[in-house]
Amino acid sequence: MTLTRRAGVLAGAGAVLAAAGYMFACAPTTKTSGAGASDAPSRVYVPPGTYDEFYAFMSGGFSGQVGVYGLPSGRLLKVVPVFSQNAENGYGYNDETRPMLMTSHGMVPWDDTHHPSLSMTSGEHDGRWLFINGNNTPRFARIDLTTFETTETLEVPNTGGNHGAPYTTENTEYVVAATRFSVPIPQKDVAIADYAKEFKGTVSFVRSDAPGKMDIAFQVLVPGYDYDLGRPGKGPSHGWVFFTSYNTEQAYTKLEVNASKNDKDYIIALNWKELEKCVAAGKAQTMSANYYHNYYDEATHSAKSERKTSVKVLTPGTCPNSVYYLPTPKSPHGVDVDPTGEYIVGGGKLATVIPVHSFSKLTKAIAEKKFDKTIDDIPVINYEATMFCEVQNPGLGPLHTEFDGNGHAYTSVFITSEIVKYTLPGCEVVDRVPTYYSVGHLMVPGGDTKKPYGKYVIAMNKITKDRFLGTGPELTQSAQMYDITGAKMKLLLDFPTIGEPHYAQAIDAKLIKDKQVKFFKLADNKHPYVARTEGEMDVTRKGKTVHVKMTAIRSHFAPDNIAGVQVGDTVLFHVTNLEQDWDVPHGFAAMGSAHDSELLVMPGQTRTLRWVANAPGVYPFYCTDFCSALHQEMQGYVRVSPAGSSTPISFSIGTPAAVANK
Amino acid sequence: MSMSVRSRSLLAVAALLLAGAFFLPLWNVALVAPQYPEGLGMRIWINTIAGLKPNDLDSINNLNHYIGMKRIEPESIPELRLMPILVGGLLALGLVAAAVGRRWLARVWVGAFLVLGVAGLVDFYRWEYDYGHNLDMENAIIKVPGMNYQPPLIGSKQLLNFTATSLPAAGGYLIAFSLALGVFALYMDRSRESQAVEAKAPNTSPVTSVA
Repeated sequence: MTLTRRAGVLAGAGAVLAAAGYMFACAPTTKTSGAGASDAPSRVYVPPGTYDEFYAFMSGGFSGQVGVYGLPSGRLLKVVPVFSQNAENGYGYNDETRPMLMTSHGMVPWDDTHHPSLSMTSGEHDGRWLFINGNNTPRFARIDLTTFETTETLEVPNTGGNHGAPYTTENTEYVVAATRFSVPIPQKDVAIADYAKEFKGTVSFVRSDAPGKMDIAFQVLVPGYDYDLGRPGKGPSHGWVFFTSYNTEQAYTKLEVNASKNDKDYIIALNWKELEKCVAAGKAQTMSANYYHNYYDEATHSAKSERKTSVKVLTPGTCPNSVYYLPTPKSPHGVDVDPTGEYIVGGGKLATVIPVHSFSKLTKAIAEKKFDKTIDDIPVINYEATMFCEVQNPGLGPLHTEFDGNGHAYTSVFITSEIVKYTLPGCEVVDRVPTYYSVGHLMVPGGDTKKPYGKYVIAMNKITKDRFLGTGPELTQSAQMYDITGAKMKLLLDFPTIGEPHYAQAIDAKLIKDKQVKFFKLADNKHPYVARTEGEMDVTRKGKTVHVKMTAIRSHFAPDNIAGVQVGDTVLFHVTNLEQDWDVPHGFAAMGSAHDSELLVMPGQTRTLRWVANAPGVYPFYCTDFCSALHQEMQGYVRVSPAGSSTPISFSIGTPAAVANK
Repeated sequence: MSMSVRSRSLLAVAALLLAGAFFLPLWNVALVAPQYPEGLGMRIWINTIAGLKPNDLDSINNLNHYIGMKRIEPESIPELRLMPILVGGLLALGLVAAAVGRRWLARVWVGAFLVLGVAGLVDFYRWEYDYGHNLDMENAIIKVPGMNYQPPLIGSKQLLNFTATSLPAAGGYLIAFSLALGVFALYMDRSRESQAVEAKAPNTSPVTSVA
């Protein structure tokens, strides 16, 4: 081949490549965008050994848990088990924590968490507790932010799905909730087609300021629509709560179409200070009900369940001047109140504008009785009378809004997959940025309070597609963080999350990090089967149940040899971790635990593993949490003899002389 | 020979400083390891040994079972019952010496102080030696041939993964200062005495010359 011919071939190949490149360049692609701001690495990098600035609490969606992340790094710090059994540490499996999942339907081992809500003082996050809802079997949970453990759950009666919850009032007087699904109240066997006649909704006010004493203060019976999301007022609007509703068409089948017919649905506004007065005046009806309150006693390290049998219910008719409807376009989803408490921003799932109601106009319209009509004793206020503005050109499908405290609102827009930033009260869109992909909720640290921290907006996305290495059909969920300190929003970080990060709240780490419980004081442990020293180890038989009081300390269990268990016995290993130092948990697992997961026992804590002896033999147990250099030596044996065997109960550690026992 | 008012006052102050030893820790032993970046530690008080943090002593005892070291139990150390009596006695004697104002008594006080101080340090060393060397090798889990775990009297030493640092604490420094002040009071008095001798000399010289 001559030089010229070779050059000709190469030139031809080059032309083909160029043409191919040109064709691909013409193909539409979105992948090249979304690469992040050039200074992103320095903005999100938290060097080894240093801490994040914020704790972010992100709901785990259908995982039923809460993920705790550090911001700005996006690092996962802990998964707090809330409504789902957690084999990793035994939550919901062991006897101590199983009662936390008790409901009127029995023990329900899973739920769907959506909206974390931090406790408040004077309209600001105070770092005491995090509340979260269980959407499926209507429930609330309180997470204590000194232990990051779920310490209380409360079932909500007369509710068909606890989606619109929890929202914490300005001083944590209440967390509020509205039923997603209307249902017959009280429940009864009726034709589904009788929806309009028989189905009702409720708004629930849950007393939440005292740990261990969560209670339904009262409920308000409202028309049978779907209630979606809410927010309490703040500042001038403190004392009010607002919830969106959709399906004012009262469809009971093919809601996709049948609940999208009305041009406007309603935001329901409830004046809870008026409602409180009506309850105090005895206007509430006491309905019989069946629901559970479960709470964790840190002294006994055990949860207790109590069944409740009644609830106070108000109707708008018996408590006039307390409940109103605000017409709002196109099946509104989010309703968010700005830091001043004056602007109430609705988000219509199918809307092309963002309606902003004014609280001062609302109170004026009520005073002047600018009502269009009344539905079940609830006045419907004229739309123009409360309307402050309709933000134009926000994209299609605005959902949720948070605020930076500097006169800007940020609204997630689902269908066009973007965040729009606009001025309030200016109502002018000033910036927009794409999300990858289909943002649901968004969150500004402190963005629902009177004093947002600003700094970042986090998008919680419903689709991740090509953003991470693929993992088969089931992909990670994700969040994206944007800088909002400048005029233009800048993408800083994508990070994977557990479950679905439905909504999140973030708080200055300073409010939480220094009050962490490092271990539980052994001297304060009041568990009925605690062994506070190795001398208190014990094995006793009560009928077919064998109780083992066992201690764990680096690097042995006491006792570690147990005999006298018989086939058919249930052995309860009550393991107390004797360590009194930070970060020395011990694990405990016994071969063939068909009923329980392992135990993870924090220092000073007692946890119980339930183990059934099925066949004669000698079975090992061991420590599962790598605790020390001799973690592998931290093990023991339980001997199982045939039923009726004469082998006595005995137990020991170290010395072969077994202690004979009762 | 009686002492000057200034020296007697200094002596009284020195004695009273010893009262601080009843309220302040005398000695600290701090332990830092990769797994304990926040550190563990012991404080020696006049009548007890306690952790730097509430559970440190238990944690140290628990760790020490790996090397077969005896448990550090304050109630089994008789010196901790003796020390308040000795320091209290020293305090009282110092005050008496200041009140009486006799040099010999002040000297006795400083002497006793020195003897007790040295004895205390020797005794501390002896305990450290005992804990560090007399190990239960039968039940020790970690056995390093030739290794002992005696912490330093003063200073730092590497003991397996732990760096042990032993230093006087506020009460210890106060005792040392009290002793120094006592010595200083005697020294001041001594220089006054020699000045007095020198001052006397011209008065006596005529006598001498007469003689």
